Amino acid sequence: MPAIQPNGPSGPLIEARQVEKFYLQPDRHRIDVIAPTDLAVHAGQLIALLGPSGSGKSTLLRILSGLARPSAGEVLWHGKALGGSLPNVAIVFQSFALFPWLSVLENVEAPLQARGIGAVERRKRALRILDTVGLDGFETAYPKELSGGMKQRVGFARALSVEPEVLFMDEPFSALDVLTAETLRGELMELWLEKRIPTQAIFLVTHNIEEAVLLADRVIVLGRNPGRIRADFAVELPQPRDRKSKRFFDLVDHIYKVLTQPEIEHAPPVFGAASAAGAPAAKGAPRGQMLPHARPGGIAGLLEILLDRAGKDDLAALADELAMEVDDLLPIVEAADLLGFIRLAEGDVEITPEGRAFAEADILERKVLFRAAALAHVTLLQQIVNALRVKSDGAMPDDFFSDILDEHFGPDEARHQLDTAIHWGRYAELFDYDANSGRLHLPEA
Amino acid sequence: MPKLAPATALESERAWPRLTELVVCCAMLALFYGVVVVAGTWLGPFTPAATISRRPSALPRYAAYSLLRLGIAYGLSLSFALVYGYLAAYRAKLERVLIPLLDILQSIPVLSFLPGVMLAMIALFPRRQLGVEMGAILLIFTGQVWNMAFSFYSSLKAIPRDLHETARLYRFTAWQRFTQLELPSAAIGLVWNSMMSVAGGWFFLMACEMFVLGARDFRLPGLGSYLQVAASAGDTRAILWGLAAMIGVILLLDQLVWRPVLAWADKFKMEQVESASRAESGVLDFLRRSPLLAALHARALAPLGERLTLFFARHAHPAAERRRPAAVKVWAGRAFGVLFLAAVAYGVAGAGLVMAKVSAAGMAAILRAAGATFLRVNAALLVGAAWTVPVGVAIGFSPRLSRVAQPLAQIAASVPATALFPVVLLLLTRVGGGMGIASIVLMLLGTQWYILFNVLAGAMAIPTDLKEAANVFGFSRRQRWRLLILPGIFPYLVTGLVTASGGAWNASVVAEYFHFKDRILATTGLGATISKATDTGNFDQLLVATLVMAAVVVTINRLVWRRLYRLAETRYKLEG
Repeated sequence: MPAIQPNGPSGPLIEARQVEKFYLQPDRHRIDVIAPTDLAVHAGQLIALLGPSGSGKSTLLRILSGLARPSAGEVLWHGKALGGSLPNVAIVFQSFALFPWLSVLENVEAPLQARGIGAVERRKRALRILDTVGLDGFETAYPKELSGGMKQRVGFARALSVEPEVLFMDEPFSALDVLTAETLRGELMELWLEKRIPTQAIFLVTHNIEEAVLLADRVIVLGRNPGRIRADFAVELPQPRDRKSKRFFDLVDHIYKVLTQPEIEHAPPVFGAASAAGAPAAKGAPRGQMLPHARPGGIAGLLEILLDRAGKDDLAALADELAMEVDDLLPIVEAADLLGFIRLAEGDVEITPEGRAFAEADILERKVLFRAAALAHVTLLQQIVNALRVKSDGAMPDDFFSDILDEHFGPDEARHQLDTAIHWGRYAELFDYDANSGRLHLPEA
Repeated sequence: MPKLAPATALESERAWPRLTELVVCCAMLALFYGVVVVAGTWLGPFTPAATISRRPSALPRYAAYSLLRLGIAYGLSLSFALVYGYLAAYRAKLERVLIPLLDILQSIPVLSFLPGVMLAMIALFPRRQLGVEMGAILLIFTGQVWNMAFSFYSSLKAIPRDLHETARLYRFTAWQRFTQLELPSAAIGLVWNSMMSVAGGWFFLMACEMFVLGARDFRLPGLGSYLQVAASAGDTRAILWGLAAMIGVILLLDQLVWRPVLAWADKFKMEQVESASRAESGVLDFLRRSPLLAALHARALAPLGERLTLFFARHAHPAAERRRPAAVKVWAGRAFGVLFLAAVAYGVAGAGLVMAKVSAAGMAAILRAAGATFLRVNAALLVGAAWTVPVGVAIGFSPRLSRVAQPLAQIAASVPATALFPVVLLLLTRVGGGMGIASIVLMLLGTQWYILFNVLAGAMAIPTDLKEAANVFGFSRRQRWRLLILPGIFPYLVTGLVTASGGAWNASVVAEYFHFKDRILATTGLGATISKATDTGNFDQLLVATLVMAAVVVTINRLVWRRLYRLAETRYKLEG
């Protein structure tokens, strides 16, 4: 199936032109969530949108589906701008988003009721869909009586009941256990590939790289800070796909490379068909250092595992072995990289001498090594320590640093950054933090 | 649409439906009769001071009258709360005004509205009993509406974003969103707050069924006036009958209304997994078995809901969504805003003129009175906390004790303090206590239960493993209290004290000044100042004293309680 048809007969279903999302701070300072982005969705595609947390995946999904409006740029459906009205779409949510007080049947019927479809016809359609997703017999059950997998089946049934043109999915399998997720993925692919559902395209947001490669015809990788397209390529493996095949593994490996190396070119290694159309060369000047939200314990764990593997391993293999998803593993890898404990090259992780020393040290020595690394590499910690040393009483309110961070990050992320910095600073015994008064202070000598 | 699930009739329960039908039919007949009788009285001639009979046989009639006032006031409160909460939750501009306003409205002593409301209502219906009745109902309304409005508002605010998006995505009409998303989300909070509000309603009902306004004496037939008349006459038998009737009514209300409603509302829990404990009600099961009600639901209510939903869905214009409001509307909105501000300015100026008339000495007296009431309120809180904390913890820690003590405490708490005032005064005057002591006892009566029940909940919420840890490490008694119990119950204790403090201030209006056996018992205090101003028709003083009380309550809330709340939420929250 050709993934991209820029000059296709019917034109794209959805076309995003230079869409942007940003927030204006009260002081007119602008925080970018999504940099200007072009993106087209064509009929027949199953697109997976990958990216680390904070890359604006869900925001982009909501903009494309018409739920949210872009701050600038426009979204065209069938070549026409969305004037605030909603196209015929459905979203499957990670949290299922079922109404707990409605039965399975009532949940599926609710969207049809909203369209003014009478009771008899409504019931007929709902029962047919419930049958399709394997829920017959559970019509009168309430969501809380169902397992996670069954709940998500209701989520699918409700989404399919309106026969959406494009089916959006926001990490639909993330809240499920591994086996259930695998079953549901298989069932979804059956419906989609055998064209048993009238949906023309599927847009899947995920942080699971294997899931993206397993399902999608086209994978888009987002970078963050601000969110922008880093890579956009077709996956030309026949369905059903074999996770153990060399090409599958190479593709997963390549995505890891894209995610971990800021300066990589956006071309996949083995097979071509890269779409430059959707990928702007937005390099975006680095705006200050961003702390990855990892704990020192997690970093130490990663380094110990690397030591066991002779100090070097492939990221994709490591993730597979640890059964960790990219959202969980990446912050730890980035933190270790930032602190100079590892080196990243071509999707491989290699431990540095400093990292080796840290991994082999005991609890107290680790703190000393961490302190040295943190002061050498982490700008925010340097700033905090310098500020505290200048003050005669060696103490500062945390608001002072929040205000500085607010200029670079949204309010939530700013708080997050400070929390991580405080955690690292406490671990390294660089400073102490009194949560009651909200003050940072140098440790008493 | 909320609905009663039709129950499957079991073969062995054949005998049941007929009995159910009989009971349901009789209840409807009785209700109809009651409506006719009440309509007759209310639309009848204006009799401000009804003669209150002390015969026990009159009690059912009085109870019915009291209940009816309460019911109508509750209905008004619910409708108002829905509108207020809706506006505050969805109109960002209004939210900035409405939510702080709620805070202030909650702090104004309701009973100081009494004279104004009564006079206005009587003027509105000079020839009919309806006027006084409406006055009483409005007063109860102002006592119970605010917490319900706030509950609905915060429930709306707490609806998960995903569910809101689902409703938008599938183009729910406003009606479908209301019936399938908003009302169900708010149901449990509304039920609990309704129970609290109605309990508070009894308090005010008892106070406003019999009161003096200048030279005029108002008496509405009801349980409150019955108890006051009985106490004034020193008729112990009548007092006991009255109390028994009151407790009976409250227990019946609990069993026949609140428990079934609570059990029914269980399905609106925002839970994704079924919880172990579920509210149960025999009465609800009984009603669910009734074929008559099931038929009523299946033939009338369900089709009506369906029709409405489809009607709105078919007549909605999806394209019209989010259209820019017309210029006319914008200007109309602005004009309305200007008018509103002008009205507020006029009111403030008027109040300022009135306050300017109060002399410096008068103002000083009011402030002294405020000080006295402040001390009294805190004395009542201290005494309340002193006995409820150890008792609440003891009950909370012992399941055996809790099974016995909890229902008893609930019954004791359900008796509105105002109903007991005359009785307590009768006892205190016999042993020779002064009004200074009596008013503290009266405040205590009204507010100690808030503290007790919160402490109890807090003690039960302390995790068993923490208690076991305390045992394993051999904590001394002192250590257990300092490290485990007090921090554990702290958030609950704060909640209880906040509610109790507000209640005590409000109670001061009736507790510090009381008509009893043709005498006036009074002590120095802000509540007494308000009551006396009411009595003598001194509206300038009434206004100033009311404003001072509202200001004091709001200030204390901001300075003390809110800070303690924050401390409780950040530091003493048991997470996990």
